[in-house]
Amino acid sequence: MLLEKVREIVAQHGRLGTPVAQLTDESDLYEAGLTSLATVGLMLALEDGFDIEFPDNMLSRKTFGSIGSLAAAVEQLTARAAV
Amino acid sequence: MTMLEPQPAAASDLGLLLGEIHRIGREVIQPASHDVDAAARFPHEAVAALRDLQLLSAYVPRDLGGMGLDIVQLGKICEVLAHYCGSTAMIFAMHQIQVACIVHHGRGSAWFEQYLRELVDKQWLIASATTELGVGGDLRSSICAVEVEDDRFRLVKKAPVISYGQFADQILVTSRRAPDAASSDQVQVLVQKEETELEPLSTWDTLGFRGTCSLGFVLTATGSSAQVLPVAFDAILSETMHPFSHIVWASLWLGIAADAVNRARAFVRGEARKNPHLPPASSLRLAEVDVVLNGMRNNVNAFTADYHRLLQENDAEAFKSFAFATRTNNLKLSSSQLIVDIVGRAMLICGINGYRNDSKFTLGRHLRDAYGAALMVNNDRIMAHNATMLLALKEA
Repeated sequence: MLLEKVREIVAQHGRLGTPVAQLTDESDLYEAGLTSLATVGLMLALEDGFDIEFPDNMLSRKTFGSIGSLAAAVEQLTARAAV
Repeated sequence: MTMLEPQPAAASDLGLLLGEIHRIGREVIQPASHDVDAAARFPHEAVAALRDLQLLSAYVPRDLGGMGLDIVQLGKICEVLAHYCGSTAMIFAMHQIQVACIVHHGRGSAWFEQYLRELVDKQWLIASATTELGVGGDLRSSICAVEVEDDRFRLVKKAPVISYGQFADQILVTSRRAPDAASSDQVQVLVQKEETELEPLSTWDTLGFRGTCSLGFVLTATGSSAQVLPVAFDAILSETMHPFSHIVWASLWLGIAADAVNRARAFVRGEARKNPHLPPASSLRLAEVDVVLNGMRNNVNAFTADYHRLLQENDAEAFKSFAFATRTNNLKLSSSQLIVDIVGRAMLICGINGYRNDSKFTLGRHLRDAYGAALMVNNDRIMAHNATMLLALKEA
């Protein structure tokens, strides 16, 4: 469910060269054409979609490297918001 | 990050070297600089003098035979050269950026290590082909691609600018990794003059930095696939090309600004001598411009020292952070604006003598070069990038 929503947001805001349908949760988004500047739009859309805020230390290649790592980050941040 | 970490030369050695650079500045670079500017021609004699001092391998580590200077020392050399000829300083700076990309990212490649050894011996000059027609100046996007077959590559790139391309021994070219790679999946290829054809696309008749001969070309090159740097271009850009470029450029702009202020100083001294009991009105303006120059210098020095420290700490994640990228851009934005401000203030001090082309206080060349700073890699584009990145940064 969360994964599907992340996938949808990546498709809309990632500005990738490869269609998201062709990517697995582990595929490298940077190899698929994600640029550093495009991560900003993606981050804002995720923040809006899940009502969360990415702290500066999570704005890394590790967080934005794949759909799976993004979903894990969103999960972590929504859990934090719920506390 | 760097297997080939440059080792710093002793401070006394740098003092001696800077003395030598001032000497070629006075004896070779300055005498040619008027003709270089007037004819928009390559500063052959200046580059020959830099070769004589082995300066084209200044950033090559000592264990490979180079001088092993660090970024702080290179910045200082760029600044000194700019006192004598902005175009020569710019060519030197651009060459060093390419050397740094190879020194930092040629790790583990026998071909590139051997190349650096030969660079020391032959004092080759390296040009750069990053932007491409059709990508709107975006470095992180390529249309052209390396086509590899049987360990040989072929590459065709329409480059709107390759500064001093026709005078370089090699050109470091960005391109897509392969014909089926995404536009942002890029590598850098070092192409050799003997295996490269350059077909001019444009001329270079500009207001300033005329001696850089920054024509556009269709570049067609072949070579060994070993000539592709083994690291992805986005890492080369964030760790080396981006910060290194802005440091060496800002350093040479500082040199141009400082030279303009030196002329203003000499002018004010002359005025003061005429009437030793009453300081001339222009001395207040000199005091003001000195504050601005000081701020510019501190800014350049602080960022250069930070980058030097990050290189030593070898922190790849720090280079990729938006915080570091925006600070790098801020150095470019502020110093490219301050150079125009400072030269303008120096002009007001020198008055008509600064405005004249035939006076020893002339500042026309400084002013024309100064305006290039905000336009080469346009400040508006950089500001837009910062605006985007700042949306993501929560803490100042």
